[in-house]
Amino acid sequence: MARITLHINGRDRTVDVPSDMPLLWVIRDVLGLTGTKYGCGMAQCGACTVHLDEQPIRSCVTPVSTVGRGRITTIEGISRDGSHPIQQAWILEDVPQCGYCQSGQIMSAAALLEHNPDPSDADIDAAMSGNICRCGTYDRTRRAIHRAVREG
Amino acid sequence: MATVWKLDRRDFLKAGAVGISGLTLGFYLPDERPWVDVPASFQPNAFLRIDTDGTVTIWVAKVEMGQGVRTALPMIIADELDADWNTVRVVPADAHPAKYGSQMTVGSRSVRGGAWPTLRRAGASAREMLVAAAAARWGVAAAQCRTERGRVFHDPSGRELSYGDLTQAAAALPIPEEPRLKDPSEFRLIGKPMRQLDTPDKVTGKATFGIDVRVPHMLFATVVHCPVFGGSVKQFDAGRARAIPGVKDVVQVSQGVAVVAENTWAAFQGAKALRITWDPGEFSMSSQEISSSFAQLAQQQGAVARNEGDVEAALRRAAKRIHATYEVPYLAHATMEPMNCTADVRPDRCEIWAPTQNPQGTQSAAAQLTGLPVERVTVHVPYVGCGLGRRSRTDFVQDAVETSMKIGAPVQVVWTREEDMQHDWYRPATYNVFEGGVDTSGRVTTWKLRIVAPPIVGRGPRRGPGVDGASVDGAADMAYGIPNVFIDYCRSPVPVPTGHWRSVGPSQNTFIVESFMDELAHAAGRDPVELRRELLRGHPRLRHVLDVAAERSGWGTPLPAGRARGVALVENKGGLVAEVAEVSLDEGRVRVHRVTCAADFGQIVNPTTVDAQVVGSVVTGLSAALYGEITIEGGRVTQSNFDDYPLLRMGEMPEVDVHIIHSTEDPGGVGEPAVPPIAPAVTNALFALTGVRLRRLPIRMDGRAIPIGGAGSAQ
Repeated sequence: MARITLHINGRDRTVDVPSDMPLLWVIRDVLGLTGTKYGCGMAQCGACTVHLDEQPIRSCVTPVSTVGRGRITTIEGISRDGSHPIQQAWILEDVPQCGYCQSGQIMSAAALLEHNPDPSDADIDAAMSGNICRCGTYDRTRRAIHRAVREG
Repeated sequence: MATVWKLDRRDFLKAGAVGISGLTLGFYLPDERPWVDVPASFQPNAFLRIDTDGTVTIWVAKVEMGQGVRTALPMIIADELDADWNTVRVVPADAHPAKYGSQMTVGSRSVRGGAWPTLRRAGASAREMLVAAAAARWGVAAAQCRTERGRVFHDPSGRELSYGDLTQAAAALPIPEEPRLKDPSEFRLIGKPMRQLDTPDKVTGKATFGIDVRVPHMLFATVVHCPVFGGSVKQFDAGRARAIPGVKDVVQVSQGVAVVAENTWAAFQGAKALRITWDPGEFSMSSQEISSSFAQLAQQQGAVARNEGDVEAALRRAAKRIHATYEVPYLAHATMEPMNCTADVRPDRCEIWAPTQNPQGTQSAAAQLTGLPVERVTVHVPYVGCGLGRRSRTDFVQDAVETSMKIGAPVQVVWTREEDMQHDWYRPATYNVFEGGVDTSGRVTTWKLRIVAPPIVGRGPRRGPGVDGASVDGAADMAYGIPNVFIDYCRSPVPVPTGHWRSVGPSQNTFIVESFMDELAHAAGRDPVELRRELLRGHPRLRHVLDVAAERSGWGTPLPAGRARGVALVENKGGLVAEVAEVSLDEGRVRVHRVTCAADFGQIVNPTTVDAQVVGSVVTGLSAALYGEITIEGGRVTQSNFDDYPLLRMGEMPEVDVHIIHSTEDPGGVGEPAVPPIAPAVTNALFALTGVRLRRLPIRMDGRAIPIGGAGSAQ
């Protein structure tokens, strides 16, 4: 067990967990932030995507001990009230179906816009192809990203 | 009304408490919640309540799993009620054996069938009672009053009252037995595109899925099941598992061994550390052996599913006879949210949070397992991370209930992705033998088909001898008018668990039927659309759908070099769908550029979610066509995660043009009918492109390069 202080959603949170515990489970089961989802446990589906220093990472394969003092942002921290341009575009395009993968999709899309304010379709494909949506919301996801660029 | 549940006081009080929480599922308190009375409110039936402030609370008894029922079903009630949409609050209903009718959410039946008239009457009868109450107060005839946005108006005198002002008076009136339902021209919400009410919660991480349920003092667990179907635990050594930090207990349950821990990760680690000796049972087949056993069965006569004309005589007379064998693989559901359930079993009661498509089945299963009466079992249904038919089963509920019983604490059981993939109720593999005949003028005269498949009923009790309806659905009921048709069904006893997979029988049968129809068109030298039109003479509605798809896709117009189109259609679960796929090959890799989809679903409720369901169905079907295959080796599933069971990703998403045909016919199913045609539309397009006829799914060249633009021989 290791005592680790995480900088998450603008706050310091100290946890006492095995050092190889993936960040995903620390976030979900120890810190109680359940917006970040478990899908595969092997960085295949992207449901667990969070930001580490503004970069999207798969928290299911990120041992908590490797995070250090990096700034972690989860879906709960991306905005206080759903006002992030990506979240707003998602609402206006009515993107989610079941919604389970959507936190991961939004975190990947937000990171994309952070680094590329006007992505092409090819850029979107490259940035979003790590996130599986079983319901098949890809077309609306793409539209919503373009909308966020226009209206964000 | 089809379903009016007489509310007792407890129901009423409970309704009040749930109503307060509104849309947000949030944090569930296990029991002893403060029942809040809602004074002077009006609750004429199980589906709605109007409070004195005008708030309309609507209970949704069907399960929300992405199809949009928590918006569409309230729209139906609110429309007939003439409610102000802004005052509507939606609450997911707990399981109840009778109050809401069937809560099973399968078969694209949330709107079509019983719910449509039931929910309309629920809204309409409440509206009539509110009007009667207002008319009585004003001393005027009810016929002189009208309603709009939660208010009753008496135009001759310019008076109006809000529904909230009328709750007490309305509650005292008798419930009308046959309320007047709106003419479709009067609909204000039904048929209008509405944003889904739950989207804000789904984009902020607030939506509580089954796996997100948190109950005070609950533990986390996972269950390891025997990898071989039909096997069981002989013995296990939990020593190493118990040594994992955070592991609290290891207990045997009916279906395997449960590792209980302080968090999910520790439970998963504990599961890996378990040493279990399995009794593998008797099943040890491979996919190859299963396929051979199907081929052997196909030599025998099956149970007759359809017999018209004289197939043998017609085949003898045919100018051309075509013979073909088609096979499809087992498919996993692979819902994004793995199977999970949270259960808190106490000596005198049981509370369950289950991401299920089957709330009532969950309730009765838990009652049976615990020995408690059904009314002592509470089942909450959180958001469901995809259903696809998988969650109509209760095996994951059983794991949670038994684990909670063994450890005497509330527990959430989460299956690993690997367990989820290897312990599914699979879409069955099938083997199908066709013989068809066309005459000298290119007319299809004969259609003979033998379907060999394990029945779609899984591990439960088998149906009696004869035809498994679900296994021939999409074939035996095909709409084409062919004079000589013979279809029979051979039941395979292969014990791989099978179940309902989005669109069920047509998920495989539309592939084989529409591919073979393409083969007949080719043999007859006919255009595939033109031949289908001819055979749909007796089915103008489906023919119109085909016409729209053909026209909007530019069927028959030139395409860039290296591209081709294919068409397929289906009538399924009350929905009529035709799809045209436009494909190319990129170094042997199939690219689907565009899918044109025309659909007639009858009256639709929310065009926003209907469009989403059609596009999503194309994605589900395309994932299966391009990649979907579960193989069996030594009686167990080979695949285990998304690396070896791939799903369609963003970069492979085609452009999907959806054309919904306006209709005021009763609603048909929406969630499934657009799944089946995509696979044959793509393989028919690949045939048009290459001359290679693909008679197996998933689409694979088996090491053989496809000649681009070439005209290779079939199979």
